[in-house]
Amino acid sequence: MNKILLIIQREYLSRVKKKSFIVMTFLVPMLFIGMYALIGYMLIKKDELGDVKHVLVVDESGRNNGKFKNTPALDFAYSDAPLAKARRDFEESDNDFLLHIPKDGKNVLLLSQRKPGINDISTIESQLNDINRNDQLLAAGIDTAILNANTNHLRLDTKQLTEEGEEDAGSWIAYGVGFASAFLIYLSLFIYGVQVMRGVIEEKTNRIIEVIISSVKPFQLMIGKIIGVGLVGLTQFFLWILLCVGIAAAAGSFLLGTKSSDKVITEQTASKLQQTEQAKQQVQQQLSDTEEIFQALNSIPVTYTLSTFLFYFLFGFLLYSSIFAAVGSAVDSETETQQFMLPITMPLIFTFIISINFVINNPDSQLSFWLSVIPFTSPIAMMIRIPFGVPLWELLLSMALLVAGFLLITWIAARIYRVGILMYGKKPSYKELAKWFMYKE
Amino acid sequence: MLSVKNIVKQYANHRALNNVSFDIQTGSIFGLLGPNGAGKTSLIRIINQITAPDEGIVLFDGEKLQPSHISSIGYLPEERGLYKKMEIGEQVIYLSRLKGLSQPEALNRAKYWFEKLDMQTWWKKKVEDLSKGMQQKVQFIASVIHEPRLIILDEPFSGFDPVNADVIKNEILELNKRGATIIFSTHRMESVEQLCDSIVLLHRSKKILEGKVKDIRNSFRDDTYKIQCRPNDEIPQENGIFEILKRSVHDDYTELTLKLEAGKTTNEALAFLLPKVEILSLTEVIPTIHEIFVQKVTGTD
Repeated sequence: MNKILLIIQREYLSRVKKKSFIVMTFLVPMLFIGMYALIGYMLIKKDELGDVKHVLVVDESGRNNGKFKNTPALDFAYSDAPLAKARRDFEESDNDFLLHIPKDGKNVLLLSQRKPGINDISTIESQLNDINRNDQLLAAGIDTAILNANTNHLRLDTKQLTEEGEEDAGSWIAYGVGFASAFLIYLSLFIYGVQVMRGVIEEKTNRIIEVIISSVKPFQLMIGKIIGVGLVGLTQFFLWILLCVGIAAAAGSFLLGTKSSDKVITEQTASKLQQTEQAKQQVQQQLSDTEEIFQALNSIPVTYTLSTFLFYFLFGFLLYSSIFAAVGSAVDSETETQQFMLPITMPLIFTFIISINFVINNPDSQLSFWLSVIPFTSPIAMMIRIPFGVPLWELLLSMALLVAGFLLITWIAARIYRVGILMYGKKPSYKELAKWFMYKE
Repeated sequence: MLSVKNIVKQYANHRALNNVSFDIQTGSIFGLLGPNGAGKTSLIRIINQITAPDEGIVLFDGEKLQPSHISSIGYLPEERGLYKKMEIGEQVIYLSRLKGLSQPEALNRAKYWFEKLDMQTWWKKKVEDLSKGMQQKVQFIASVIHEPRLIILDEPFSGFDPVNADVIKNEILELNKRGATIIFSTHRMESVEQLCDSIVLLHRSKKILEGKVKDIRNSFRDDTYKIQCRPNDEIPQENGIFEILKRSVHDDYTELTLKLEAGKTTNEALAFLLPKVEILSLTEVIPTIHEIFVQKVTGTD
């Protein structure tokens, strides 16, 4: 036991002291935050970032003339010239699109100098449809003023019935948290599992293995290494969470502090630009959106999610990394690991893809249930389900099975490992591994 | 000290050790010899409890080998290896703590050995920055730092330059003088003759020779002698006293290799030769361990 502690200590310290660990610890949160900041910036500024494109409308039906609304991305102009001439002019002009609407209003054609963007197409399409619909409604005797008044957007307020009463369900935030934690588990199982495998291969190719296992049992070395690397992973998560909470707190106080003055400024600019009441409402809407995010985040039980996350990371890691260790023991170099990687990567990738496409949309289905209790798939699948709420017995069953699976797999892996680490120059096959497993002590 | 009794080790399709038995006396330097693939490493791994024998038993001080003996055994494997990115001082302490030393004890002894082998300045260096010979020294320290009563050295001199090989040899002798029993696995025979008290020779998984070095060499004497002389007369090939195996003529002397006929003595041979030659020297030809090794190994093939 004392020796396992020594091994854990060495494996842990030698990794935590590495420069790459420190760099990763600080870089990853920065990258994430930077990425989200960039995406957010682009979403807000997307209209200003692109050039304004000019659309020349040739309307032979005459029903659409002057009815297109200019948007920040598209600028409409109209031409009465016949199509053939307009087309010739278009080729020489700096217009980007030529929209031709035939007499019957069908078979509308969009000509362009370059390949048109999807956003531009859909904007033009929806405007055309709006105009058409308005025409038809007008023909049916409905006033457009009523139509325009009828644009209020309804939002569903979701409440989940629990023993404590009604709770905000916050489905979309559950979606985000589920996806994020499953993705993190998926990624870290790979990253830290491969670290275990590399460590085993290093000891084997360095030939230090023989010295070590003349002092400790192979199993002690294997489990010591796995736990050591696992602790490195936990440390990294812990630091990430700490950093993110710190940054979020700083950013939060900054945002809340400037919010009130923000309102004033936006109101001023709004009046200055003589924008409509609608624009003002939009600004208000945006502000209440951020409040809503904070509220929805509060609907997720943080301690519960975090502790289940740590549990599933730890045991999922223990399960997979013992397989990684067995693979590392069987080969002489990292390039030889390919043939054994499939049984590890397959369940992981399979679960991840199913999880983010199916489980996240149907968290209470039969398939989701099975995926979240089978040890190989449960770390990812269960993390997707957790934010949506999982019955306690399912959670306990899944945890118990994962622990049992870890014990079984580690036992099998250790039997392969103890033989593999002393075998050199043999090209191992699955048959060979089975034989190693059967060797007696 | 150590008794190996009827050890059998079977791998999937070959038998690495076939009923091997021998004893090692406390305080002796014991040579474990054999060509490549004879089963030396398999046997060493069994003594180190890295693997277990399929049959037979190993006794350490009369007790069946068990995990508590690990701290009494030091092992320098033939394939050397250390953690490349770890500082060597730290590494030596880690390895000795795995053998059961406490942290302060390990630190003290590591400092003692680093001083002794004149490598204090290397303490903070990483293995990848050291030459091969330096790495060997570190490895040697790691295998003896816990003051084991039994030290197993697998080809200890490979990779050392002659100066450092001598340093290590003297350290081994000193450890032996202070009471450590040493098992010495090698196929470099000259070192065996110098160092070992007794040997066992393994070949094709079996023991084919065992005993004290002196006894073995004596048992391979076959009444062969070398005589350096200056001949005055012809020496007859058929003389009823000896047979001339080899005659080599040098500038100022001739060397004869003789084998005495059964029951004859060197005095009789000298009496026969004296009138015909001027004798410069006479020495008995005792086969070296190397010759015995080659003879035994090729003889059983």
